[in-house]
Amino acid sequence: MTTVQYLDIQKLTCIRGQRVLFRDLSFRVDGGQVLSLEGPNGAGKTSLLRVLAGLLPAAGGTVALVSGRGAETDADERGRRVAWLGHNDAAKPQLTPREVLMFFARLYGTRADIDAVLASVGLAKIANLACGYLSAGQKKRLALARLKVAERPVWLLDEPLSSLDADGRKRALDLVNGHVMFGGIVIAATHEPLGVASERLTLGAAA
Amino acid sequence: MIGALLFRDIRLATRAGGSAALALAFFAAVATLVPLGVGVDLKLLMRVAAGVLWVAAVLAALLSLDRLFQADFEDGSLDVIALSPLSLETVAAVKIAAHWLTTGLPLTLLSPLLGVMFGLPPEAVGVLTLSLATGTPAVSAMGAIGAALTMSIRRGGLILPLLVLPLLAPAVIFGAGAVQAALDGLSSGALLFLAAFAVVATLLSPFAAGAAVRLNLAG
Repeated sequence: MTTVQYLDIQKLTCIRGQRVLFRDLSFRVDGGQVLSLEGPNGAGKTSLLRVLAGLLPAAGGTVALVSGRGAETDADERGRRVAWLGHNDAAKPQLTPREVLMFFARLYGTRADIDAVLASVGLAKIANLACGYLSAGQKKRLALARLKVAERPVWLLDEPLSSLDADGRKRALDLVNGHVMFGGIVIAATHEPLGVASERLTLGAAA
Repeated sequence: MIGALLFRDIRLATRAGGSAALALAFFAAVATLVPLGVGVDLKLLMRVAAGVLWVAAVLAALLSLDRLFQADFEDGSLDVIALSPLSLETVAAVKIAAHWLTTGLPLTLLSPLLGVMFGLPPEAVGVLTLSLATGTPAVSAMGAIGAALTMSIRRGGLILPLLVLPLLAPAVIFGAGAVQAALDGLSSGALLFLAAFAVVATLLSPFAAGAAVRLNLAG
């Protein structure tokens, strides 16, 4: 996993359906830091995450991923350094959790220890049960496991704690803490306190 | 990485509830129904065989095409796949290949049996099989463009055939035409035209489909 020194966002503007979600947003997230995005529904948290991942083009401004190799501003290249957790869990009902993780590990070209990752999110016992039978919380755990398998320096999380029980939240926070401990960056959109030391950015406060 | 996506798509298509068996069953069912409607005039059946089988094969392939990108789009998989080292054009090409391997290829392999059922002579059966083997990759490829364009539309599956069927007219014309020519004992360039169409369609459509996926992800 290549390390990233910091993520530099300058004058970022996002327009969705002729509505300005945010304008001239500038901030910086350092390696080893957690940033929690806050704000009411529709404030643009998910859109900001999608822009940072390079999935959604920004209407203006730049996102630079600065590492030892210099600043990377290309959206596609940035996407190759990002692990994504969206509000859909990317769990195929026909596949088992192990198959889902094996697929993403091979797709991303990583050699993650699938069994260890499954155990770390508490899914070891149902690793071979089709995802169609999993509960919403179990699917969220699988999505968290996918972050670990991706072995990417920047984690972009959209509501990572939703539908998780107390044990699941603890494991999620352990994952996040483990990631930033090794210099990773975590940016998470949440409606509730993350429960880890984090910087805060509030969107849509004036709306 | 390419292998992972190919293998997964094939596995999803062939596992319980997958689309591969469905397309094959649809193809066989249509081919069986037509003689029941047309009657037992063997000469007539032989004349319409190529057209009927080609149209049935195209419709059977379209049956599973609407979910090509939509299933991954709806459950969030496509976001994660888009952030993989593969470009969206490569993703589209791999998905086209997986779709052909799980529908176009089985349909082609079943077609000689159905050709015989329609009373086609051996050499025409051979041409039919060859024409499907050549033309079905174009069906998957052209269909993928439509599938990528309609993936964010709720009932996209209903619009998809309207977009794609006109584009597939050349495949049906040359594919069925080659079989007709063989029946009449004529030599024709239909198979070559079909091959040319298939090559162009298969080479260009991953770019169009990839661009459409990018558009929908940003939508």
